[in-house]
Amino acid sequence: MQVSMNINGEPITADIEARKLLVHFIREDAGLRGTHWGCDTSNCGTCTVWVDGEAVKSCTVLAAQADGHEVRTVEGLEGADGLDPVQQGFIECHGLQCGFCTPGMLMTARWFLDRNPSPTKDEIREAISGQICRCTGYKNIVDAIHWAAEHPRTNEVTA
Amino acid sequence: MIPIAFDYVRPTTIPEAVAALVASGEDGKILAGGQSLMPVLRLRMAAPSVVIDCSEIADLQGVRDDGNSIVIGAGTTHHDVMNSPIVKEHSPLLAMATATVADPAIRHRGTLGGALAHADPAGDLPAVALALDGVLSVTGPNGSRDIAAADFFTDYFTTSMAEDEILVSVTLPKLGAGWGYHYEKFQRTAQGWAIVGVAAAVHRSNGNITAARIGLTNMAPSPVRASSVETALSGADATVKAVGDAAASAADGTRATSDLHAAADYREHLARVITKRAVLTAGGI
Repeated sequence: MQVSMNINGEPITADIEARKLLVHFIREDAGLRGTHWGCDTSNCGTCTVWVDGEAVKSCTVLAAQADGHEVRTVEGLEGADGLDPVQQGFIECHGLQCGFCTPGMLMTARWFLDRNPSPTKDEIREAISGQICRCTGYKNIVDAIHWAAEHPRTNEVTA
Repeated sequence: MIPIAFDYVRPTTIPEAVAALVASGEDGKILAGGQSLMPVLRLRMAAPSVVIDCSEIADLQGVRDDGNSIVIGAGTTHHDVMNSPIVKEHSPLLAMATATVADPAIRHRGTLGGALAHADPAGDLPAVALALDGVLSVTGPNGSRDIAAADFFTDYFTTSMAEDEILVSVTLPKLGAGWGYHYEKFQRTAQGWAIVGVAAAVHRSNGNITAARIGLTNMAPSPVRASSVETALSGADATVKAVGDAAASAADGTRATSDLHAAADYREHLARVITKRAVLTAGGI
């Protein structure tokens, strides 16, 4: 079947099998490898992207379901004036070790901060409850998201 | 894993969805939000010939106030249910339980109707629908009918809907003044399934408990009412001792199973302990 969607502002159309997962469409058809394919069981959250501005696990959505919709991936986080504050926060606070969970953490964090700009650390932990870091570096990840909350971005990214 | 190949259709009206389901014979599968179906497809536990995506049918969306009850479209996402002002005001037990389902990303796609139709014994929302005496409206080629929650859940992942029917909406009577509520979920990890869950609504008047509704999650192949606890609480003193005495019968009549997470007798123990906690919190005791 043919699907068309907009990923990070770029239109893409492709012929795919209906069973293709969105995460594979993003990586293989759109060629965007920032989104990771992790547990494949809806648990780890590293495949998290936005569909129409809402964070979703792209291993649990068919590419066909995103037909006609707006997708944003980690490649779309950086603004015209540089890194998004959540990206900078992960640098400032050493918010990653192996980095495998990072794209999902970043997309979840940005989605969350757009809705709760001044969260407590407990609220941050709840927000990332669907993201697993197997390096178990959660303290620094929470610190990084908190850093980003204290450094609001100046440019708007819209999905 | 990659699902077995299937065809995909995305109807925009309920009659189109029913027609697609009928046309598929017994091999069609309704996709509401897909958050239970996609894992099932990936694990190849199901191999439908056609997936009927109902997520863009406007008539399945939204929450409305219907006087003495609220009506929730089956395709309303968990995120929209738990943030609905109507749900929060008139069915706060549902809002509270929904906020414990999985994680924020799953709640953006997963739907109330999907969770009920999937009928997972460890799912949180069937017990809530049962405790609140919900009514589920379904439609098929032979028309529409209403099914009481008590008659809807029949076995593991099995409901009384026919193969060619789809769930359209869920009606929940409003919880009026004097009712308190609580959903107590015992889980191993933040986004884990309930090892046991208890949905409780408690009505108080003049220091007594006048009525209680209690639904148990994962204590049988389907959600069950803790009927003996409800009976014991009716007219009971609103005290810790009276609630504890009543909750001692929470596992009566249940059929808990043993699995990787818990043995059946441990689940029975949990049911008694967290029924007490849920009722105390719901009753403000």
